[in-house]
Amino acid sequence: MRSDEDVVRLRKVVREELISLGFGLVDQTKMITAASELARNTLKYGKGGEGHVLKLKDTVRIGLELVFTDDGPGIPDISLALTDGYTSGGGLGLGLSGAKRLSDEFMIDTESGVGTTVLIRKWKVS
Amino acid sequence: MTHAPGAQIVEIIKNNQKDLVGDLLATMKKKVIRLDKSAENEIIIQATQLLGFLEIAIPQGQLSDLETRAWDDTRQLLSDFSQTRAKEGFSPIETATFIFSFKEPLFTLLRTSLSNNPQLLAEEIAVTSLLFDELGLLTISSYQKAREQIILRQQQELLELSTPVVQLWQNILALPLIGTLDSARTQVVMENLLQKIVETGALIAIIDITGVPTVDTLVAQHLLKTIAAARLMGADCIISGIRPQIAQTIVHLGVNLEDVITKATLADAFVVALKTTGSSVTNS
Repeated sequence: MRSDEDVVRLRKVVREELISLGFGLVDQTKMITAASELARNTLKYGKGGEGHVLKLKDTVRIGLELVFTDDGPGIPDISLALTDGYTSGGGLGLGLSGAKRLSDEFMIDTESGVGTTVLIRKWKVS
Repeated sequence: MTHAPGAQIVEIIKNNQKDLVGDLLATMKKKVIRLDKSAENEIIIQATQLLGFLEIAIPQGQLSDLETRAWDDTRQLLSDFSQTRAKEGFSPIETATFIFSFKEPLFTLLRTSLSNNPQLLAEEIAVTSLLFDELGLLTISSYQKAREQIILRQQQELLELSTPVVQLWQNILALPLIGTLDSARTQVVMENLLQKIVETGALIAIIDITGVPTVDTLVAQHLLKTIAAARLMGADCIISGIRPQIAQTIVHLGVNLEDVITKATLADAFVVALKTTGSSVTNS
């Protein structure tokens, strides 16, 4: 992801995948919004990076996994970054924490100077 | 006879212009399907012009550098040619074929005239080949530029099209938003709305987001800023068109829209706006 257009494109891909997996409208909207937040973070704070969309399947359920990776400056204090209303870049400070609330699983891995990886998953009983 | 690179090719162009253009057409017809009579005539004119320019440019210019002054006319001609082609919807391959189709007939003529001097023949073919490759790349890059201009123009048109501010009633404006709200568009939207508030002295502006597929924190922030700016100018805003899934998402995101009047549909928002401005609509 290098530009705003890529965020729009990613949202489109995520939407199509969610529809093909049979997710309901509310879950679609939640996941797409979460994807939008994380993609924009990757772009804005990570100075660009990659977004991966993966279909998941275990014995009883199917799901979608999104992974965002950048090699930007990293997040110095994760719990601070996950605090509602905290922003280092002039936003509302709700993107990262909102994405966590909008998804079923949320993982974040960051190292100062190396980069940040955020993973979210949404599940649906098949 | 001189041995400057390209000297032979100039001679050949000079002496065989008519034949070359004819051969070019034949070669192009083999490769390109679409060539009606008017397109053919156009190609004849452009090919003759190009050969004329080459005849002048090759002897005085560096063959490897098409950026030099000697190639000004040629560059201009090819850039015009590519731009027309791009606008007419030809593919880049079809466009570049015009240039590359010169190679075959030129090589044939070179072979005939230099059959007794294989070394010079090889040199001339190499020089000519390089030159026409460069010219071909030039057409592609001009074609690309023309296409980019078209896309840019369409983007700008879209920007204007997609942000109408309409007056619903005395003192009531509506702004139906459609599509993705990125920063550039939001800027235009906000300016249009504030301008219209000044022009009409409206007291209420209804921002309808039925057509906005995703409301994330950035969109919410843009909306809140627009509302704050409108409020500074004395107009209150109502957000309408909040669908159930968007409402749930906004709650999960934690965006605070409590200070803003929001309604599910534009009709609901209109009723509120009428009430606020002291107007009413009755069935008779």
